[in-house]
Amino acid sequence: MNTTMKSWLPPLALLALAVVLYFALPYNLAFLTRILIMAVLVLSLDLVLGFAGIATLGQAAFYGAGAYAAGLFAIHVWADPVAGLLVAGLAGAALAFVSGLIVLRTHGLTLIMLTIAVASICHEIANKARDVTGGADGLRGIRMEPVLGLWQFDFIGKTGFWYALTVLAVVFVLLTLIARSPFGLSLRGIHESPERMTAIGVSVYWRRVTAYTLGGGIAGLAGALSAQVTQLVSLESFSFTLSAEALIMLILGGTGRLYGAVLGTLVFMWVHHWAAANDPFNWLFVIGGLVLAVVFFLPRGIIAIPTALKRLGGRHAGT
Amino acid sequence: MQGLEVRGLTKRFGGLTVSEDIDFDLVPGDRKALIGPNGAGKSTFSNLVTGILRPSAGTIRFDGMDIGRLSEAQRVKRGIAKTFQITTLFRDLTVRENLALTILERQGRGYQMLRRAGRHADTGAEVAALIDQFKLEALADTRVADLAYGQQRLVELAMTLALKPRVLILDEPAAGVPSSETHLIIDAIEALPPELAVLIIEHDMDLVFRVARQIIVLVQGRILTEGTPQEIATNAQVRELYLGGHGHD
Ligand SMILES: Nc1ncnc2c1ncn2[C@@H]1O[C@H](COP(=O)(O)OP(=O)(O)O)[C@@H](O)[C@H]1O
Ligand SMILES: [Mg+2]
Repeated sequence: MNTTMKSWLPPLALLALAVVLYFALPYNLAFLTRILIMAVLVLSLDLVLGFAGIATLGQAAFYGAGAYAAGLFAIHVWADPVAGLLVAGLAGAALAFVSGLIVLRTHGLTLIMLTIAVASICHEIANKARDVTGGADGLRGIRMEPVLGLWQFDFIGKTGFWYALTVLAVVFVLLTLIARSPFGLSLRGIHESPERMTAIGVSVYWRRVTAYTLGGGIAGLAGALSAQVTQLVSLESFSFTLSAEALIMLILGGTGRLYGAVLGTLVFMWVHHWAAANDPFNWLFVIGGLVLAVVFFLPRGIIAIPTALKRLGGRHAGT
Repeated sequence: MQGLEVRGLTKRFGGLTVSEDIDFDLVPGDRKALIGPNGAGKSTFSNLVTGILRPSAGTIRFDGMDIGRLSEAQRVKRGIAKTFQITTLFRDLTVRENLALTILERQGRGYQMLRRAGRHADTGAEVAALIDQFKLEALADTRVADLAYGQQRLVELAMTLALKPRVLILDEPAAGVPSSETHLIIDAIEALPPELAVLIIEHDMDLVFRVARQIIVLVQGRILTEGTPQEIATNAQVRELYLGGHGHD
């Protein structure tokens, strides 16, 4: 089997898993769809953090921008889902571009603080502009037309599931292509050594702004999916918690390898769901323990389990 | 004028003057060396010319054009390239990827997002030629971090040449390289394209006397003297100040 085929194996397995879950859990489609949407957000973070090495705790800013853009667009302009998706992607990208121009002039802790600041400013604006956004009550009254004029959103969530899965798959393929492209290679280069990158004639700043903008656009798509599927946008979409959880999911799964982002989302959401149902007060400890375990034993994330096992096996065979 | 023309270059860090009123020319075909004790301001001079640092005073012209306001990346695009005093590479990428990335950027393909990086035949051919030229075949698919330091130095040199520069500044190319491998570096420098303008900043006197045709001695940020290797080797001031301790003859 050649390496190209091999590299598509994990994502195809995940796709198959999604289909299996769809049939296995027909009454949990809303939850499954939520996982798919989060996976899109975490993928956007993988581009920004895992590939471009931009440590951000404010990815929710673009998710929220996409969610509100999609909601407002559906209410006031056109309720077509795909058109709304594109508008939201542009909104997320535009906000990422404008804020990135400033944020990406800084590094380290300052950068992290600024990304948090951008998201909280958005939160505050959405809160104050209640005439437009519904403020703390959330944006209501979103009524979507059928997807591509064919599939009406149903209350069980079948359409929502397939719609979100399709968008996730498209984003995944797109990011896979980007990862292998000259642009993707240059992001790895920046991650490795910005000094060397500059020394081969590259403006690291503009390259990072581009990656940040793309990541913002993809986060915007995730926000749009959420708005369209749940027909509601709340202030939570700009929340620090969302940014932080997305980061934890990415670290759980492993950065820089797209399927790690998806896997991390799946595991986090599942544990969260399960632990919160069994013990609504202490579920955070379970998540905390999981994160610590991964950080200590699998610093490269869950995707590194096969290699770790192999190494363990090898050591045993050797001794 | 073709090449570099530096006039009255001065750099101060607070009260400390690290470069003082330096005049310097580098034209195609030059093989100049900049020597001087540690802390003389050699790396600072290189950083001023390449745009990593901004001068406090003075002008830098390249092919007659003032480049003092250009960023480091813009100067590289115009043909001024340097290697670092401490090897700086993409350590987690292979030798081939390091070279390919450099060439793709020089070709202006850095923003291509949907085509595979390895699909450009002309890039691949250039990478192969450089690997061949620097005899790196056996190491081409090894991660740079796994190479010996001398080999990393060669990769860095190959990468810098991949930029097709017209001015090349080598900051202590033999620093940290075991003496058993220094000849690799010297061979590579001697094989540089003849029309390239080369400035070598170096401590290793063997290397300097092998490859330089003109030597500039920098002391406390000022040019002490300038001349052929013969003249420098016999200059009493230089011998006392710089070569005395090293015992070169
Ligand atoms: N960024 C800086 N800020 C303050 N002083 C510096 C800086 N960079 C270099 N120096 C000082 O300038 C002097 C020359 O340094 P450098 O150019 O690295 O010398 P060389 O390369 O000849 O050994 C040293 O005294 C060093 O401490
Ligand atoms: Mg130095």
